[in-house]
Amino acid sequence: MIKKFDKKDEESGSGSNPFQHLEKSAVLQEARIFNETPINPRRCLHILTKIIYLLNQGEHFGTTEATEAFFAMTRLFQSNDQTLRRMCYLTIKEMANISEDVIIVTSSLTKDMTGKEDVYRGPAIRALCRITDTTMLQAIERYMKQAIVDKVPSVSSSALVSSLHMVRMSYDVVKRWVNEAQEAASSDNIMVQYHALGLLYHLRKNDRLAVSKMLNKFTKSGLKSPFAYCMLIRIASRLLEETEGGHDSPLFDFIESCLRNKHEMVVYEAASAIVHMPNCTARELAPAVSVLQLFCSSPKAALRYAAVRTLNKVAMKHPSAVTACNLDLENLITDSNRSIATLAITTLLKTGSESSVDRLMKQISSFVSEISDEFKVVVVQAISALCQKYPRKHSVMMNFLSNMLRDDGGFEYKRAIVDCIISIIEENPESKETGLAHLCEFIEDCEHTVLATKILHLLGREGPRTPSPSKYIRFIFNRVVLESEAVRAAAVSALAKFGAQNDDLLPSVLVLMQRCMMDSDDEVRDRATFYMNVLQQKQKALNAAYIFNGLSVSVPGLEKSLHQYTLEPSEKPFDMKTVPLATTTVSEQKTELAPVASSKLPEKLAPSRQDIYQEQLAAIPEFQGLGPLFKSSEPVQLTEAETEYVVRCIKHTFASHMVFQFDCTNTLNDQLLQKVVVQMEPSEAYEIVQYVPAASLPYSQPGSCYSLVRLPEDDPTAVSCTFSCTMKYLVRDCDPNTGEPDDDGYDDEYVLEDLEVTVADHIQKVLKPNFAAAWEEVGDEFEKEETFALASVRTLEEAVNNIVSFLGMQPCERSDKVPENKNSHILFLAGKALRLFVWASCNIVICVMP
Amino acid sequence: MDFMALEPSLYTVKAVLILDNDGNRLLSKYYDTELYPSIKEQKNFEKSVFNKSHKADNEIAFLEGLTIVYKSSVDLFFYVVGSAQENELMLMMVLNCLFDTLSQILRKNVEKRYLLDNLDGVYLVVDEIIDGGIILESDPQQVIQKVNYRVLQSAKEQIKWSILK
Repeated sequence: MIKKFDKKDEESGSGSNPFQHLEKSAVLQEARIFNETPINPRRCLHILTKIIYLLNQGEHFGTTEATEAFFAMTRLFQSNDQTLRRMCYLTIKEMANISEDVIIVTSSLTKDMTGKEDVYRGPAIRALCRITDTTMLQAIERYMKQAIVDKVPSVSSSALVSSLHMVRMSYDVVKRWVNEAQEAASSDNIMVQYHALGLLYHLRKNDRLAVSKMLNKFTKSGLKSPFAYCMLIRIASRLLEETEGGHDSPLFDFIESCLRNKHEMVVYEAASAIVHMPNCTARELAPAVSVLQLFCSSPKAALRYAAVRTLNKVAMKHPSAVTACNLDLENLITDSNRSIATLAITTLLKTGSESSVDRLMKQISSFVSEISDEFKVVVVQAISALCQKYPRKHSVMMNFLSNMLRDDGGFEYKRAIVDCIISIIEENPESKETGLAHLCEFIEDCEHTVLATKILHLLGREGPRTPSPSKYIRFIFNRVVLESEAVRAAAVSALAKFGAQNDDLLPSVLVLMQRCMMDSDDEVRDRATFYMNVLQQKQKALNAAYIFNGLSVSVPGLEKSLHQYTLEPSEKPFDMKTVPLATTTVSEQKTELAPVASSKLPEKLAPSRQDIYQEQLAAIPEFQGLGPLFKSSEPVQLTEAETEYVVRCIKHTFASHMVFQFDCTNTLNDQLLQKVVVQMEPSEAYEIVQYVPAASLPYSQPGSCYSLVRLPEDDPTAVSCTFSCTMKYLVRDCDPNTGEPDDDGYDDEYVLEDLEVTVADHIQKVLKPNFAAAWEEVGDEFEKEETFALASVRTLEEAVNNIVSFLGMQPCERSDKVPENKNSHILFLAGKALRLFVWASCNIVICVMP
Repeated sequence: MDFMALEPSLYTVKAVLILDNDGNRLLSKYYDTELYPSIKEQKNFEKSVFNKSHKADNEIAFLEGLTIVYKSSVDLFFYVVGSAQENELMLMMVLNCLFDTLSQILRKNVEKRYLLDNLDGVYLVVDEIIDGGIILESDPQQVIQKVNYRVLQSAKEQIKWSILK
């Protein structure tokens, strides 16, 4: 049913849409009237509108029907109705990609473009350029050049803009029109100036000198167009950045002068450009900042928003420059536009001084309840940054954060707050008790299982070490009684840790644990029974292994080993030692998040680097019987940069072997390398077992070859070794253009840098949350004490870093952070060397030589 | 955090949208083809934008890494979308030009029914203001002259024309 042209229905509801129930086939059927004569402009217009509406709504047109409709539309060129003609141009542009043979309208469009009706010429040019391809472009080149310098502004603009669109397709052709564009740039019309400038820049942007000259000319000649000014400012800042020009150059002066332009748009563009420049001094920033300050009190929301957003960016690099605006920013906290208010708050948080923290917190608390969750998270993150800056203010901020925690809010918001509190606790030992107390209060009434379990684990870890641990037990045990299974299970684990660490609490904990054994959920009962038994043994070693320090193996690795075990029925019980260790995850750096609305968090656990290598190596038949991969090193470069062959090595350690993976790249395009191996000569008792060559290395396609080496069994101390490496291969010269190699080749070799295997390669980092317990667990029997002099090291920090990288062990309990102004420091390290765990407690002392 | 200024370019507008007061699309042109290439993504974006803007008439918002300036009138919502680092005032000029031009052409009745009755004129206006993401014209008077569109006067006149086939 063709839609009704419901003109009479103007009274019937303002919500009705005459286009709502259009049917594509019906509309296309109607389009047949285009072929009738005489042409009825009104009706044809309406049908064209319907077609474009359908296209805009996403309706799919098949090629045949689109082409049919397109051809029918071309009949409408016979009419002289202006609006109809313009709509035809529009339809051509809309259907250019879905119809075939669109170039049939070229002659009609060319006629209109050069005709007498000025009102057709601009749009006709734009339509024509939309359907033109490279060959056709040369045919209409003459017309385009004339159009660019035409006196009618709309014609010139249309030609310039279309030329810019076509640069991607035909840079060489459009480049020939640069003189015409230059002439157009001296037009009086403000839009033509803008378009000409844009085209000229785009054509010349790879030639810095040309851009520079162009800028000089235009900045002196005083354009009128505010758009052109904005463009000039951007070009100038880009040029300054590329040439690393000093701020005394005329380019900078030009931008600075734009701060006094009469158009707000230009003033803002200039301020924004100055503020974004690297290495700006406070003096240079000052005029830009004062302009932005003025904008903060503008009645136009867009101006206020622009100003506050830019000030927010300045505050990251130069907080002192923004302090002058603090009062204006505080006024914006109550702005009706919530984006503006949030930006104002986060800026103040960055620039706030220690004394203003209290006042800021008060202001924020009134404001936070009104903004959306998205913004609340942004604010919390800004507070977190502030906490790190002013650690002494932790009690004020902790109070404030706990108040926020009590208010309503979504999961992301509460999580951000909990993370913030946890980071304060970790950074600042003084705040620990208050922080834990606040978190306890929170879990009394927390609906988010993830957060409750996280906090319970934290309590279990930190609570036992506080002066009066018993007060936390009540909170934890309440969770066991009241909450869901996951939370109850976490509470049981936390309780066990208290029992293990505090002997006087142990009897009470055992009683509570007994009660937990009656729980309705099996996970809870299992854990309670398990911990109960472990605790009753009262042995430190067991406590350490099973209660304090959890699973140290990699979870995907464990899964795979278990699966393997179930596939091959065996008499022997499953051996945990066959599972590769977890590689410790690098803690993420805290990145600044300015208002970025949607941050999609990766949900799945990505396989670690080691798991990926394990898979790759397992695929190579020669390496089948080696057992699980213990450790893979970071890549080591064996060639300098810019050499003919680029080689780097990754060392994979197994139980009694090492596999060296050489990733090689051939950077010579006139050579093809084949049968590539890296021959190794060891300095110690390592035995080369086998080489797995890379079959072929064409130009710039990386390939890998491997060497299998057996570790010396008789001498366990011979861990370090130096290998001299030579790459040997068959080389065939080939044609650089086609890559076709010659038939015969010759053997050749290429000397690489020596490869070192050190202690660190045999040690895997293991993170132990509770170092003291693990240390006690080992007992004195295996302890060895030595003193070393570190001659070339100057500072404690350097010493710590060197020891960590030499031994390849994992620093525990954050002992890698050296507090300032200390002369000695104790570093806790943990690692695993194949079958043995290694602990090291290093007491580093600075000695002053007399 | 992107501290580098945008590459100087004339391509400043990423999209223009006109939605009704239920958030349905009446007209939308996406000039940046990489932005939301499929219809589904476009419709999702329009829904988010509408949800964010229709409650509070705040003029400017930030969503999904884009700056959006908007204006509403009776039962219509007009949006101009640019990148987050774009000059917001430039986007406002485009929005104002669009709105003022339509305002004049539709004789101050900037409302859904009237807009849809003259949708061809609206298409032409948008085409004259922005071409492929480049601002073509910013002065409403110039746009009106170029489009030279005669609004349909009344229901009676429309009936008259449709009879005269």
